[in-house]
Amino acid sequence: MEKRPLTHLALGALVALASLTACKDEKAAAPAPAPAAAPAPAAAAPLKAAFIYVGPVGDAGWSFAQDQGRKEAAAKFGDKVVTSYVEKVPEGPDAERVIRDLVAQGNKMIFATSFGYMDAMVKVAKDFPDVYFEHATGYQTAPNLRVYEGRFYEGAYLAGIVAGKMTKTNTLGFVASFPIPEVLRNINAYTLGAQSVNPKVKTKVVWVNAWFDPPKETEAAQSLMNQGADILLQNTDSTAVLQAAERAGKYAFGWDSDMSAFAPKAHLGSCVLRWGVYYEKAFRDALDKTWKPEVTKWGVKEGMTDFVKVADFLPADVKKAVEDAKEGLKNGTVSVFKGPIVDNTGKEVLAKDAPADDKWRGEVAFYVKGVEGKVPSGK
Amino acid sequence: MTLRLEPRTVPSPWMGILSPVIALVVTVLAGGTLFFALGKDPGSVLSVFLLEPFHGVRALTELGLKATPLILCSVGLALCFRSNIWNIGAEGQFLVGAITGGGLALWVTAARVPLSPWAFFPLVVLAGAAGGAAWAAIVAFLRDRFHANEILVSLMLVYIANLLLNWLVFGPWKDPKGFNFPQTMSFSAATALPRVFPGLRLHWGVAVALLAAFAMWLFVFRTYRGMQLQVGGPAPAAARYAGFSSRAALWTALLISGALAGIAGAFEVAGPMGQLTPYVSNGYGFTAIIVAFVGRLHPLGCVLGSVLLSMILIGGELAQSRVGLPSAVSGVFQGVLLLALLGCDTLTLYRPRWSSSR
Amino acid sequence: MNELALLVGATLSAGTPLAIAGMGLLVNERVGVLNLGAEGTMLVAAVSGFAVAFHTGNTALALAAGALAGAALAALFGWLVIWLNTNQYATGLAVSLFGAGFSAFVGIDYVGRQLVQHGAPSIPVLRDLPFLGPALFQQHPVVYLTMLLAPLTALFLYRTRAGLVLRSIGEAPDAAHALGYPVRRIRLAAVMVGGALCGVSGAYLSVVYTPLWVEGMVAGRGWIALALTVFATWRPARILLGAYLFGGATMLQFHLQAQGVQVASQFMTMLPYAATIVVLVLISRNAAWIRLNMPASLGKPFFPGS
Repeated sequence: MEKRPLTHLALGALVALASLTACKDEKAAAPAPAPAAAPAPAAAAPLKAAFIYVGPVGDAGWSFAQDQGRKEAAAKFGDKVVTSYVEKVPEGPDAERVIRDLVAQGNKMIFATSFGYMDAMVKVAKDFPDVYFEHATGYQTAPNLRVYEGRFYEGAYLAGIVAGKMTKTNTLGFVASFPIPEVLRNINAYTLGAQSVNPKVKTKVVWVNAWFDPPKETEAAQSLMNQGADILLQNTDSTAVLQAAERAGKYAFGWDSDMSAFAPKAHLGSCVLRWGVYYEKAFRDALDKTWKPEVTKWGVKEGMTDFVKVADFLPADVKKAVEDAKEGLKNGTVSVFKGPIVDNTGKEVLAKDAPADDKWRGEVAFYVKGVEGKVPSGK
Repeated sequence: MTLRLEPRTVPSPWMGILSPVIALVVTVLAGGTLFFALGKDPGSVLSVFLLEPFHGVRALTELGLKATPLILCSVGLALCFRSNIWNIGAEGQFLVGAITGGGLALWVTAARVPLSPWAFFPLVVLAGAAGGAAWAAIVAFLRDRFHANEILVSLMLVYIANLLLNWLVFGPWKDPKGFNFPQTMSFSAATALPRVFPGLRLHWGVAVALLAAFAMWLFVFRTYRGMQLQVGGPAPAAARYAGFSSRAALWTALLISGALAGIAGAFEVAGPMGQLTPYVSNGYGFTAIIVAFVGRLHPLGCVLGSVLLSMILIGGELAQSRVGLPSAVSGVFQGVLLLALLGCDTLTLYRPRWSSSR
Repeated sequence: MNELALLVGATLSAGTPLAIAGMGLLVNERVGVLNLGAEGTMLVAAVSGFAVAFHTGNTALALAAGALAGAALAALFGWLVIWLNTNQYATGLAVSLFGAGFSAFVGIDYVGRQLVQHGAPSIPVLRDLPFLGPALFQQHPVVYLTMLLAPLTALFLYRTRAGLVLRSIGEAPDAAHALGYPVRRIRLAAVMVGGALCGVSGAYLSVVYTPLWVEGMVAGRGWIALALTVFATWRPARILLGAYLFGGATMLQFHLQAQGVQVASQFMTMLPYAATIVVLVLISRNAAWIRLNMPASLGKPFFPGS
């Protein structure tokens, strides 16, 4: 696509047809969702799987990472799996219609990749017992509906270790989207990671109340840096925070995917989500008829979450601390949430030696000690 | 030789029918070229957009479900625009209606009030109407008392309504068993809107929407007050002469349109959703503005316009999964259709003429 | 103290894209045409600007491309509403929808691409002043140009013959037509200027402010810019004031959040919108004064000889 003549682009907004022809080439290169083509006569009918995304696959964030996962996993099965997707499906009443339509088209597997699809998935799954339903980040299951998510807080924890070592002001910043448990876990994990190497660290949080608003993310990042935060992490979907740090001469991390190219000086590492790891398993389960309703939560150990592209310029001891923690997460000697944990009002939320199970983690509604402010959803 | 337009003394009834047809032809040609250039079969893509949404009982009921909030919002907006009141915040009124309607359903659920769905139905209509009308009343009040421009106030109130909804579902109204996710508990069966056909999602709210359109038609074209209202907007002096103040026009139009948008919001919550989440609206309040004009500010036109818009919105989804058309292309196609419709509408009011000079 | 200075600096930079687009829409509305397509126009310009910046690395060229793209889309809008007399509200919204789809479509290749980043430019010597340095002198040149835009627009509208003609068309197009002015062409020109400035604003967002392209990245700023023209009662200086007020309220609420203020963030996020309403109410109390400034033919079609 680099070869696209410049004239086409400058005129892009002017002449629809000019850019149309240009985009035609691009379409051939990019793996467009496979049309419902007739299966080859000899081979067994392929497994048809459909994905629905809440954002455009061009959001460079959540939906983009999901779509990468879809492509990676599907590529491993050749023509045995045929996938398609519908993007920008609102998380409301529209989702149910889209899912039903995908089932009506003969898809035997439906992946709904955002929490807000839960209600629709539960309703449709009831009506189609022979279709496999897979829901990301939800909690309701049924005989033909299962849920999966990544332990992204492990990535945030590793980022926290780097941040704790590298901060000069002992103040970290976090640009947050919406106060759901996942985001709160990430804020807490980031802080706990930093405190594991530097007890003096505190974290400032700014909520933008959006998943996706690059200029606003920039402004929030700027505001945090203006108030002394020198290392930022975000739970929003664009590269804006990282880029803002680059311009201000501060540090930050990539989120969702490897964002190192966006900020060579500011980028300390990227917390990545590899959905493909799970999608590969899901396809295999369906093909081998070993699919059963489960709850899958995979982290660094299974390769679904990772902390990659650690900056070259980091001191050796920082790199080693991250490697050690990563190893520890893999072999179980390190866990992000372990008692005693005290919230930022001084209340003990997890006693010493008490287990932090998935239920506990699922209901996180507090900031750990060291995070400033009050959880917006708290009573 | 240049093409000139001459105003017609009376709108052409023929062109009134013909212009949407011309617009459709223009869109089909432009869209077909676009799809062809993208390497898709134009025929099959167009049939997905234009025919598939009408194919079968389920598709038709889904179309009705999608059109219901659009009809309610656009009919009210048409009244505002006819009265020269530029309420572009129907989205906010919709959201507040969803909050009040959802709040009522939540209360009925939590307090286990013994109700049947048919008994709840009028209550949720009232709750939604009250919420939407109250939100619109802020606009009317600030305009009436402080002359604050209604375009700006109604638009800003959309953002505020959205954040209010967010605060409620992330905070005080959050389902205690919902793992801290932004949603209320699921409403009890007593609060579900009665369905038209068993097993299909279309609910009787659609009848309310059609009734509202009919009532609006009666009001606007068959009552003295409706006529006064339209005079009241553009020409306050004439209206005063007719015994009707522009203040009354302002309040009437805003309260009615706010109430209708609020009902639409309450229906979404009590109908297809069954709980309150941050994702109640899919921009219905804004889409309804286009619908109102595509429908030429006529209640019946609004019904047709709502069906048309629902068709291309659903068609856009179908085109993604059936023929692999990216949603961005659907957006382009939808934009072309709307621009063509609006452009061709000119033919009802103006006569094209070739002339030799300016 | 330094934090306050930084807050002022961030406010100026946050208000800039709103001010540029708002100023364009003001010229647009002064001639009697309301363009609700600002959001879509900004998106199309943002992707065009980003594409040019990506291939040439030249920011000025990218902003110019944004202006060109914005003017082109505005010309389409202008043709529809001025010559075909389509309804301005509906056509604007349709243009917005079209622009959102079109920009996403053209921009597919540019998602996730990065631009060569330039460090934050600033004015030598002055930038080192205590307080004033971080508050005022560490900004991108576009920020200063935007401040100049207000007096220039005012000068044009109130002190030049062209500005007078433009305003008189907005007030009474029939009278201007009777005097022999080509009302429709002038309207188109003003609409294109409006589109061009919306374009600069969109390109500024994707090239300078947040150097990246992603679908829908304008995220409602076109609507805020439209609201600003009303807010400013169609006066250039007040556009600037309104834009900084809005930007300031946005930055202030982030600032307070980071300070750990115990108010739900949703209410903090409401601040800029609520502040806009409150200030509007305060300045609108004198109705005659607003009517004095609002272009009388705003939103109404004009047909020569009708």
